[in-house]
Amino acid sequence: MMKKLMVILLLLSPLLVGAEARPLGDDPAIEARLKSLSQELRCLVCQNQTLADSSAPLAEDLRREIRELITKGMTDKEITDYLVARYGDFVRYRPPMKPQTALLWVGPGLLLLAGLGGLWFTLRKRNAQLPDDNEEGEEA
Amino acid sequence: MKGSMKFLLPLAIFLILVGFFAAGLKLDPREVPSPLINKPAPAFRLPQLGAADKTFSPEDMRGQVWLLNVWASWCSACREEHPLLMEMSRQNAVPLIGLDYKDTDADANGVLTQAGNPYKLVATDADGRVGIDYGVYGVPETYVIDKAGVIRYKQIGPITEEALRDKIMPLVKGLQ
Repeated sequence: MMKKLMVILLLLSPLLVGAEARPLGDDPAIEARLKSLSQELRCLVCQNQTLADSSAPLAEDLRREIRELITKGMTDKEITDYLVARYGDFVRYRPPMKPQTALLWVGPGLLLLAGLGGLWFTLRKRNAQLPDDNEEGEEA
Repeated sequence: MKGSMKFLLPLAIFLILVGFFAAGLKLDPREVPSPLINKPAPAFRLPQLGAADKTFSPEDMRGQVWLLNVWASWCSACREEHPLLMEMSRQNAVPLIGLDYKDTDADANGVLTQAGNPYKLVATDADGRVGIDYGVYGVPETYVIDKAGVIRYKQIGPITEEALRDKIMPLVKGLQ
């Protein structure tokens, strides 16, 4: 009898241990917003990771903070501004367009224009030289 | 003349690149410039280490130039700057307030008993919320706060002798 009871208890024990994984937060809508927001934000400890990816203690604290700000009803922009006010634009993966970041935004375009300009000049110069080559060819 | 100019063009481009790289070498990507410089120090009221009935707020330091040093017992870089902090407190040059960041009182007291306590007082930020308000991301960090309660300088990482001699102390002297 005792043995049977032990066997039954043993068979039941996985049910007790194998509970469903606890969700990180209670409200799936909040978690979804937290996820999309934290993918746009840089973890300042491991700077090449987003806040969503990082397991640094500061990243955990900041996720907790963002979760609370979402619960308070703040918009995504307000939350981003809250973090920028503390950590600077560096916390954003998409830097804003400002006088300080103008070169960052227009720089690639400027380089492309410079390259195209250089190409145009070289081609024009070569075109100008071509008739000379032909004349030389005729003479030969 | 035109031929020799053309010959110099790659050299010029090379020198420009060297200039960029040389400037890049001096930049430390781990040093994120704080947006809080020249802004009022964020307000807080926190319990004091070793005196649970007392609290500290930056407001208490109004009218004085002071340093807020963010540290923790688990932070090994904090030990590096600790002798310098001890020296500063011996010279009594500027009030040094500690902010014990994400730490337990027992651990923090242990370090201060063992290595010496350079602080006028230590406020305890157990859950790191005040740290977030100050944009703390790597302890130790030190803020120079002026008489009006405005942050004038932030040292990220341990205070070095050079930083103390060339930046922090001249700034503090000027503000006092």
